[in-house]
Amino acid sequence: MNAETLLFVVFAIAAIAGGLTMVAARNPVYSAMGLLLAMFSVAVFYVLNGAHFVAAVQVLIYAGAVITLFLFVIMLLGVDRVDDPHESIPLQRPLAVIVGAGLLLLLLVAGRAAWVTGEAAFASEDVSGTIEAISDELFGTWLIPFEATILLLTIAAVGTVALAHFGEGLQVVGRPVGEVEGVSRYELGSGTGRGGDGLVAVDDAAEEGDP
Amino acid sequence: MTVTAGWYMALAAVLFVIGASGLLLRRNALVMFMSIELMLNAVNVSFVAAGRELGLLDGQIAAIFVMVVAAAEVTVGLAIIISVFRKRATASVDELSGMRG
Repeated sequence: MNAETLLFVVFAIAAIAGGLTMVAARNPVYSAMGLLLAMFSVAVFYVLNGAHFVAAVQVLIYAGAVITLFLFVIMLLGVDRVDDPHESIPLQRPLAVIVGAGLLLLLLVAGRAAWVTGEAAFASEDVSGTIEAISDELFGTWLIPFEATILLLTIAAVGTVALAHFGEGLQVVGRPVGEVEGVSRYELGSGTGRGGDGLVAVDDAAEEGDP
Repeated sequence: MTVTAGWYMALAAVLFVIGASGLLLRRNALVMFMSIELMLNAVNVSFVAAGRELGLLDGQIAAIFVMVVAAAEVTVGLAIIISVFRKRATASVDELSGMRG
């Protein structure tokens, strides 16, 4: 058993345990921690495959940024909020288990035909995922898709800012409708409370407001 | 006993199925989002392993592009979750039946 096999087995167990923790934990913070474990294990698999730059990006972006963002949102929504196990659709959970098992079976059966390619599966010369090699590919062959991702990230950032701003604005636009209804009801109520005709009182107020 | 690309692909399949079942089982929008991230990571593992098997760098390039798309998706998705939470005070997708026909 060489070093790669040992590392693969250890971190495969860690990744699967992390994934199962993420699915099973009732508290979203534990779910985020399970996802963190799975993502670090995936970074180790990248290193084993010679993808050093991708592994670094994985740790920086996923383990660093994405998990932190998730934790921020969990804190924002309330840490002690725990799911209630109640399901509104009764058959959903067994159906989900059946669908998951079927998907795993299909993937493994379909994969056996495609990915069992013998003992010496890997190419004789290792691919080196150094920054230099990656940048040669990225800024040469894949320059146009790379520029497209810049556009995508810009759109995502603008969309997030727009959601933060105009999401609030939509709420403000929605609120005056309720306020107008409330005010008119209040005016009618106060009009009848004074003993006179409510509708006349409202009309008086409107006429006073007009000039 | 050496590790072949098939091992990584089988592991990627298992991780993908864990993510998919998490998406199906959980009703918390945040945990569903995490499941999507796990599925994307599983696909990345198979990309990189296949690239090594073929001796090409394209698998790693594909993994980087997937990461970029995932990062953009996370920012927008979490913003949507927060703005939904502001209105409905819940992160459970079962409560969000406003578009029911």
